[in-house]
Amino acid sequence: MKINVFVTPKKNVLDPQGAAVGHALESLGFSRLKSTRIGKLIELEVEGEDSPEFRSRLDQVCRDLLSNPIIEDFRYEIASR
Amino acid sequence: MKVAVLQFPGSNCDQDAFHIFASGLRLPTRYVWHKDTFLGEADLVVIPGGFSYGDYLRCGAIARFSPVMAAVREYAAQGGLVFAICNGFQIACEAGLLPGALIRNSSLEFRCLTCELRVEDSTESFNAGALGATVRVPIAHGEGNYRIDEAGLARLEANRQILFRYIHNPNGSISGIAGIRNEQGNVFGMMPHPERAFERFHSSRDGLAVAKAVLATRFPEFSAKSAVPVVPV
Repeated sequence: MKINVFVTPKKNVLDPQGAAVGHALESLGFSRLKSTRIGKLIELEVEGEDSPEFRSRLDQVCRDLLSNPIIEDFRYEIASR
Repeated sequence: MKVAVLQFPGSNCDQDAFHIFASGLRLPTRYVWHKDTFLGEADLVVIPGGFSYGDYLRCGAIARFSPVMAAVREYAAQGGLVFAICNGFQIACEAGLLPGALIRNSSLEFRCLTCELRVEDSTESFNAGALGATVRVPIAHGEGNYRIDEAGLARLEANRQILFRYIHNPNGSISGIAGIRNEQGNVFGMMPHPERAFERFHSSRDGLAVAKAVLATRFPEFSAKSAVPVVPV
């Protein structure tokens, strides 16, 4: 299985990097811009099949390591090639 | 009175931290490697600054899973004194030893300067009476912007857990927070570097009083009223 984990700054946490890139986009004349947030994409390749147990383990590692729940949200997409 | 300074791959303030306790305060001090699973005899554990694991993923996120951190968590749970500086502060937050998290400076710049910190009324050794109204301590970080939710901030205020606030906020920290302690009062964390503020050639010598304030939490002989040990040149 291929899993893409997306980690993004929480909506109420300020994102200085996103703000700076947003300003740069504005200066490029990208005038319809409303907001810019920067997160990260973590690509995992995992053996075996999807299951409820696997999902709860995946949620756990996303919470414990891949994201910091104080400042970040996560979501993932599972694609079996 | 024994001090243990942790070393992670990428720690780079470990020797400075060693020096302030070994030379500045003349205490038996040793290093503990991150792979060690026990701390040995220690009355104070210092988590020093640097770029543990290259700041990969998030600052302090990987170091938190080092074998030694399990020992530190257990030691802290039993009331052991922990002093976490800069990247050590980030590690302590990631490990849940202290509340909150540190993100990129609002300026997006790595900031390296001596900051004036307002001393808050937190403990018997961390207050303006013991340390003076302000202390000057250098910072050197790109990710020192302290974040906590409103309820968490209210708890910090209510429990007087804030140790220092920046007079001129260099990084966008919420409420100007530069350093905090845990509720129990045995884990201390701050972004500024007291270990870079005690020699004659440093920009300030206030760091020694800050290090002593941590020790005075358990050992009254280090309180502000006791004689300051001589710093070797």
